[in-house]
Amino acid sequence: MSIEKFVTVQTTVVPLPIENVDTDQIIPARFLKATTKEGFGDNLFYDWRYEKSGEPKADFVLNNDKYSGSVLVAGKNFGSGSSREHAAWAIAGYGFKAVVSSFFADIFRGNALNNGVLPVIVSEAFLAGLFKSIDADPKAELKIDLQAQTITNVSTGEFESFEINSYKKDCLLNGLDDIDYLLSLKDEIAAYEKQAVKF
Amino acid sequence: MGKTLFDKIWDSHVVKSIDDGPNVLYIDRHFIHEVTSPQAFAGIKERGGKVARPDQVVATPDHNIPTIDQHLTIQDELSRLQVETLKKNCEENGITMYGLNHPYNGIVHVVGPELGITQPGMTMVCGDSHTSTHGAFGSIAFGIGTSEVEMALATQCIMQPKPKSMRINIEGELANGVTSKDIILYIIAQISTGGGTGYFVEFAGSAIRSLSMEARMTICNMSIEMGARGGMIAPDETTYEYIKGREFAPKAEKWDKAVAYWKSLCTDDDAVFDKELNYKASDIEPMITYGTNPGMGAKVNSNIPTLDSIEDSSKNTFQKSMDYMGFAAGDKLEGKAIDYVFVGSCTNGRIEDLRQFAAAVKGKKKADSVTAWIVPGSKQVEKQALAEGIKEELEAAGFELRQPGCSACLAMNDDKIPEGKYAVSTSNRNFEGRQGPGSRTLLASPLTAAAAAVTGTIADPRTIFNL
Repeated sequence: MSIEKFVTVQTTVVPLPIENVDTDQIIPARFLKATTKEGFGDNLFYDWRYEKSGEPKADFVLNNDKYSGSVLVAGKNFGSGSSREHAAWAIAGYGFKAVVSSFFADIFRGNALNNGVLPVIVSEAFLAGLFKSIDADPKAELKIDLQAQTITNVSTGEFESFEINSYKKDCLLNGLDDIDYLLSLKDEIAAYEKQAVKF
Repeated sequence: MGKTLFDKIWDSHVVKSIDDGPNVLYIDRHFIHEVTSPQAFAGIKERGGKVARPDQVVATPDHNIPTIDQHLTIQDELSRLQVETLKKNCEENGITMYGLNHPYNGIVHVVGPELGITQPGMTMVCGDSHTSTHGAFGSIAFGIGTSEVEMALATQCIMQPKPKSMRINIEGELANGVTSKDIILYIIAQISTGGGTGYFVEFAGSAIRSLSMEARMTICNMSIEMGARGGMIAPDETTYEYIKGREFAPKAEKWDKAVAYWKSLCTDDDAVFDKELNYKASDIEPMITYGTNPGMGAKVNSNIPTLDSIEDSSKNTFQKSMDYMGFAAGDKLEGKAIDYVFVGSCTNGRIEDLRQFAAAVKGKKKADSVTAWIVPGSKQVEKQALAEGIKEELEAAGFELRQPGCSACLAMNDDKIPEGKYAVSTSNRNFEGRQGPGSRTLLASPLTAAAAAVTGTIADPRTIFNL
């Protein structure tokens, strides 16, 4: 098994300038009853995206034709709350390859990485600049180069480096997942168990 | 330099550390439930693997289950399928499951401690962010995603970067009417829902030491609501006393050996934390949330912050939250009408919470305008509530005791707060739609929930109950 390899993206983006977007908003609990990973993209941000009748809400960004692209740009503290990986499946399922914010909740960040979605942490100033560029031109582009660990606001030429540990970077670039790696450590795990504290 | 409690446990569970990468962390106990495990079992099957250590995994369905008529088949088809899938996966892999109607069924974070499965010094995970609850016993316990559930099932290990360390000290005595729920809501209101992100938090100080295990669990439970990877409290006599004699607690000479080891689990005097915060217990009063994240909390006898006290960059988000709640910045909280009261969840669904609520409402009546759901956290809690006469006490005041489950905390079953209605809830999250589409949640302690239940308004329990 593997995840999709992350390649450099240059894309228009979907802006969501709201802070503290929690995973209950990304995928409400009533959609967690599935036993597979498929189809969550259709319910991404469901209660912000659709009326009770199921009609799209015209004022929500995913329903606005002006905006498109494979990167979501969100306000600080994205992905807080529930550990549901369904949130990452919904983001990936919708077609996002990366989420950009100035701050991510820990569990969401891990879940995103485990599904080949790159969380890019930028400075508050860079994020504000990005929202400004998108405001001025909905077709403003963003470039994310994982190999170089840089993110560029193409409209202004402004760029920043972002952090990712070299292990996870390697996983994303090569489409590797943690489970295969852990399975290869069988002997080391057994050796650990032999010396562990037990009652 | 000395080590923190967290370092001692974490370091002793590292199987391998990867340069500029995560640690391979060994997991002593893994809890699973019906919502976040099916895809993990499917993944294992797809790889042709099997569950590595089934005897270190315990399952209980809790999120989807109804809280009435549990003896009947689950009506909701998808919920039933998830619960049945859990049963099938556990049977196929030799995992113990406490299914619906089993005397040990209940919310996973209530079940683990009450059966003595949760013990100091352990590493524990579950595909549920409130796994942090178990940290109250001096264990490292945290929520994980389904990919990590698969890792833990397949290898009994997960990969985690080591979090930074934080200690939060609360010194002094709590005033009457102030509970551990108020402590944690107060802290989150101070540092925000992101204030603990990247950290594992040890709670310490005389106010924490004086708390019961139930009260400590409430605090560690909500450590995730400040973004922390988890929370923990060093084990002490209160901890040992709670564990002793429980079903899976060590017995006889193993008990002595265990306690001797547990006594070594404390932060050394010269250990240094990456961050340390200090609060006075005397500054804490009954709290309630008014917004759409757990950091939007205030003293129940105060007002919602005014717009000019909010940072410019956050004003839009704040206003969006007020619009959702139907409140205005600066509003007085006391006296606002509420429609529902929910007592339960892994935060406040333990016996002590039911006792506290029942004692408060004794001799009073539920307000006619209020619908109340009192939901025990487990079958064991339910049994004890019956044995102690709590059910009768509640009924005399107009309340009904339902059957155990996660219930209205996340409204995956039928316990949904209707659109636009206000619910004072003892649970952990007040996010938009958390308790049902359009629901408006006000988080509070069981005592503050009791005050709301008998008055039909946001009310100060110290005034209503003469505390």
